[in-house]
Amino acid sequence: MAAVEPAPVRARPRGDSPSRWRKRQQVALAVTWGAGLFVCVSAAAIIGFMAFKGLQYLRPDLLWTRPLPGFTNAEVGGILDPIAGTLLLTVIAIAIALPLGVISAIWVVEYGKPKALARAIESGIEVVAGTPDIVLAIFGLAIFQLPIMAPLSFTASGGGVFGRSFIAAGSIMSLIALPLIFAATREGLMSLPPRLREGSWALGKTRIGTIRTILLPQIRPGIATGTVLGMGRTVGDTAIVVVLLGATLQIESQGDFPGLNILRGTGGTLTTYVYGASPAGESNAPEKAYAAAFVLLIVVLALNALAARIGRRTKEESV
Amino acid sequence: MSTQDTDPADALVVDDYGPPLPPPKRRLRLDRQPTVVAPPERQQHKETRQGDLGPERMRVESLTVRYGDKPAVKDVSLAVHKGEALALIGPSGCGKTTLLRTLNRLTETTNGATRDGAVRLDGVEVEQLELTQLRRRVAMVFQQPNPFPMSIFDNVAYAIRLHDHKRPSDDALAPQVHEALRRAGLYDEVRDDLSKPALRLSGGQQQRLCIARAIATEPEILLMDEPCSALDPKSTTVIEELIGELRRDLSVVIVTHNLAQAHRVADRVAFMYLGELVEIGDVDQIFERPRARRTQDYVAGVFG
Repeated sequence: MAAVEPAPVRARPRGDSPSRWRKRQQVALAVTWGAGLFVCVSAAAIIGFMAFKGLQYLRPDLLWTRPLPGFTNAEVGGILDPIAGTLLLTVIAIAIALPLGVISAIWVVEYGKPKALARAIESGIEVVAGTPDIVLAIFGLAIFQLPIMAPLSFTASGGGVFGRSFIAAGSIMSLIALPLIFAATREGLMSLPPRLREGSWALGKTRIGTIRTILLPQIRPGIATGTVLGMGRTVGDTAIVVVLLGATLQIESQGDFPGLNILRGTGGTLTTYVYGASPAGESNAPEKAYAAAFVLLIVVLALNALAARIGRRTKEESV
Repeated sequence: MSTQDTDPADALVVDDYGPPLPPPKRRLRLDRQPTVVAPPERQQHKETRQGDLGPERMRVESLTVRYGDKPAVKDVSLAVHKGEALALIGPSGCGKTTLLRTLNRLTETTNGATRDGAVRLDGVEVEQLELTQLRRRVAMVFQQPNPFPMSIFDNVAYAIRLHDHKRPSDDALAPQVHEALRRAGLYDEVRDDLSKPALRLSGGQQQRLCIARAIATEPEILLMDEPCSALDPKSTTVIEELIGELRRDLSVVIVTHNLAQAHRVADRVAFMYLGELVEIGDVDQIFERPRARRTQDYVAGVFG
């Protein structure tokens, strides 16, 4: 029997340091680092620039002063109406998209028969998700300009239907948020193990009772994340506001019925205000544009942070 | 009924591996009207004793279950009596679990599953019972412990509450919940933290919680689908002892891969092979004097 040589023992284990890697791998590392750094720097530059400009021009009183028509920074007033318009439009859009998205996702995952119809719904929602917002806006205009839709929008004295109102813009805006809410609900339901459902059915619970009591509470954080992301998209959209809300400076009500008059009326949001106030728009008030853009950025960042926070909680508490 | 005297399944002596006769075809009727049997009528059901077995509760007659065209259970007939533990044994894929899930109509939830033959609970075809009522009378425990992601108390209370409302209140349900946990042998371990999330319990405790949940509605029959296969030996012992306790008040039908377990817990054993019921009989008879060749081979460990 040959003598067994002991395995060689290294004096000190070699660390896995990039300086020992081959050239190609070092290059790959540098490229990925560079790409990541570029994205970070771009994001930081946008936020930094907007914060610098925004904080320079943002006065607290702007937030509760109504905007006025004018041409210079001193004349145009504050941004109360765009902020209110943004909030109102988002609330309308989510109020439509949330129940619609959640319920249709429940149908697709939990019932889903006939299968062809379930697939049709899924691809239909994918189509909506992929449609540019301006196309959705034009489609909305075609619908809300129908004479039968006159009670829902701004109507000229001669009886011409403009098809522009918070209702019109909000319902089309809901299509922007719908795919995100639908996808969040669908993914959530599909990730739940079948044994959870069977366990509940085996206790003599109905399908809908199981969905309400067992399944929905489980995926609520996921739905919330989808909803917040949808809100972010709604807040940031411009095309639908221009086409279907009129992108007016102030919120202008229509009719005398309190509450409904605002829903039927036209208005604008922060996005259209930034456009209008910038040198590219009607007035030349870049200071106000920067201030409004900064507020918009803060709103969107806050919504994203909220989504990330909710998403993190999902992971910790899931089954 | 003359068939009450001799169980047709008991008289069965199969010694060939030949193909069975095709069973009669009948589609599941989706339009059926549930005929709810009122509780007083249930209690009037004639209880006939058979030998040393308790009264018959559930009867399966010429049951065939297919997934698509593929039969999973072929022409199976057997009876479940009060106060007994019936073990279903057989190699993987022989239809034990399908048979079990058909008893509380859970196979219906699988796409493409069809059922022929009859399953009767106290003489009433299960399709005529309201689904929610049937499943409260024929409860089930699954292979994987599946407590709901809520507190221990709520897991049991959810099973007892008829509807999804908050009524009856937690306080009103507490005695029933505690009793169910006590019967499942879990109460002493969890009495102080009933509001703890059920998912923080150990696997064995979770499974006993599932048993507590299943027996909380006072079912007449408890179905168990390999309840111990995901558990460690110690938890298995606890649950086996529990089955021995439970079968005094109700019937237990247990699917198991573990022959030793079937020997320990069962009063009667049914051996299934490729969807057929090969032999059913007392536990000692099946393990010591099997009548069919295939049973003999299986309990001797030749295949499976």
